[in-house]
Amino acid sequence: MSVIKNILSTAAVAAMFTAGAAQADDIRIALVVKALGIGFFEAAAEGAQEAAEELGNVEIIYTGPTDTTAEGQIEVINALIAQRVDAIAVSANDTDALVPVLQRAMDRGITVISWDSGVAEEGRELHLNPSSNPLIGNMIVQLAAEHLPDGGDVAVLSATTTSTNQNIWIEEMTAVLPNYPGINVVGTVYGNDLADDSYREAIGLMQSHPDLRAIIAPTSVGIVAAAQAVADAGMIGQVNVTGLGLPSEMAGHIDSGASQSFAIWNPIDLGYAATMLAYNLSTDVAEAEPGASVPMGRMGELVLDETNSGAMADPFVYDASNVHDFADIF
Amino acid sequence: MVKQLTSARETILFAAILAILVLVTTRFPGFIAPGNLIDVFNDTSPLIILALGQMAVILTRCIDLSVAANLALTGMIVATLNSVNPDLPIVFIPILAVLIGAALGAINGILVWKLEIPPIVVTLGTMTIFRGIIFVISDGNWINAHEMSPAFTALPRAIFLGLPVLSWFAIVIMVASYVVITRTPLGRAFFAVGGNPHAAVYTGISIGKTQFAAFVLSGALAGLTGYLWVARYAVAYVDIAGGFELEVVAACVIGGISIAGGVGSVGGAILGAIFLGIVKNALPVVNISPFWQLAISGSAIIIAVAFNAQSSRTKGRVILKKAEHAT
Repeated sequence: MSVIKNILSTAAVAAMFTAGAAQADDIRIALVVKALGIGFFEAAAEGAQEAAEELGNVEIIYTGPTDTTAEGQIEVINALIAQRVDAIAVSANDTDALVPVLQRAMDRGITVISWDSGVAEEGRELHLNPSSNPLIGNMIVQLAAEHLPDGGDVAVLSATTTSTNQNIWIEEMTAVLPNYPGINVVGTVYGNDLADDSYREAIGLMQSHPDLRAIIAPTSVGIVAAAQAVADAGMIGQVNVTGLGLPSEMAGHIDSGASQSFAIWNPIDLGYAATMLAYNLSTDVAEAEPGASVPMGRMGELVLDETNSGAMADPFVYDASNVHDFADIF
Repeated sequence: MVKQLTSARETILFAAILAILVLVTTRFPGFIAPGNLIDVFNDTSPLIILALGQMAVILTRCIDLSVAANLALTGMIVATLNSVNPDLPIVFIPILAVLIGAALGAINGILVWKLEIPPIVVTLGTMTIFRGIIFVISDGNWINAHEMSPAFTALPRAIFLGLPVLSWFAIVIMVASYVVITRTPLGRAFFAVGGNPHAAVYTGISIGKTQFAAFVLSGALAGLTGYLWVARYAVAYVDIAGGFELEVVAACVIGGISIAGGVGSVGGAILGAIFLGIVKNALPVVNISPFWQLAISGSAIIIAVAFNAQSSRTKGRVILKKAEHAT
């Protein structure tokens, strides 16, 4: 018994020394994503690495649960608190569920910011929106309207019913609808960010709305599944799939004509900016407070509003002319 | 007696399916158009194939929770192979998928057979391991439509005698399962091992070997479905078919296959899968709020299982009339 104890404590001390050595000058920033294995977040991690190389003394811990649940993220964040990282930058699966664990992290002196998909105000120091929500909401309906000069029925295929950012974008989209006369939103369905569910919902939309002219899918899983469903249903040319997607995942569907165009911000820039912000807050270069400007390297400065959140840049439109240039990047 | 009970169950399930069809048709008449019914069957084909594999496993008193992960891993392997080597003749892909799936199933089988670890633990473990391996081999990247060869994605949706090839796969497997389960020594061994393991041993049936065979069968079918799934949705990534294993088990349970083993029929598993498939396809078109859809699918499962428990409950024999009245 005592032998085992001895071995254990020796190991613990040894671990502390090695950890201590690595910790001495490095700022450790954890990039917590919704789930591992999603192209968008892999690209964001690349951007974070780029920022780390630029800063020099930063170690990036890219992590997240294996499925998109708040429970999984809470486990991951608890592990990070135990590792005593310097900063956590999280893209949340749930606005409120992560608040207690993130508050615990902040109590221990860890800098917490959210990016991409936000956490409620009391659970983070600042939130980095990839773009401003009104701009995205406007962009997704504008993409659909561009190819419908005479107007027509459009439907929304979202992720889950509780997805923070999809819900906000759809809200913002609804707010600007009066600017697009003739565009008639006939319904919103939820594909749960699964290829098969999204595919089935897209088929269902085309069946229950025979005059459907466009499907707006503000989610990277949904837009790919909807494009495939449109192609399989022989509706290319009649139903245009648009929304938010990744060039590498959508290139084939742009070629087939199932999608005319789609938009996304650059996830590499987003990961880069999140890392820069976390670094600057953690090293006290800047303070997160309403009205403050926090520098984020080559992406300029993030201006915070009264809820301590700010927008990085405008979403970027991809179509047949440029999608293949970006398909190799992300 | 047992035969009567199961066929009565299938009739009730069949009636329930018809009732749902009628109900959906009152709100969306296009649903029972023959073309749409073919689409629904086609969409349900992967579930049918997996449910038939799962049925063999459940009959032997085991459970295979790794089917969806096996599907995803095999799908990722064949998709990667296809994107790296698009010239590989397409006929090899389904064969390879079956072999990979069977090998993964055999891992479950060996652990259950030789180490006698409870199947739920084994497959819970391999489920996570398989998902993890997908992550390792794909490095988290997706394999997208334009990276697959046209033949790879075209096979399941090619039309043969009015039906997509995906549906034909399901039909062939339905017939083959029926033959294996009802007409071969292996099929009888599944029932014997699940129904009464002690008696099975006395008749010379190896319990472990039979369970191993069931896991290999389930794995092989999951592997085949892996290719069909990836080709159908034209995308392969870590999370495909996430949580699908529960739907497969639900299809079996709704179809009257007893979780305690030894009771069930091919027809039941097929009807259970079709029931779930119809519910899944009908809900999006009848304009039921998405917030209700999950609750409705879940209730259908509970009702079916409750019914199952009710009908399979054996009444105890009263041996002391006096005591019964006293309590």
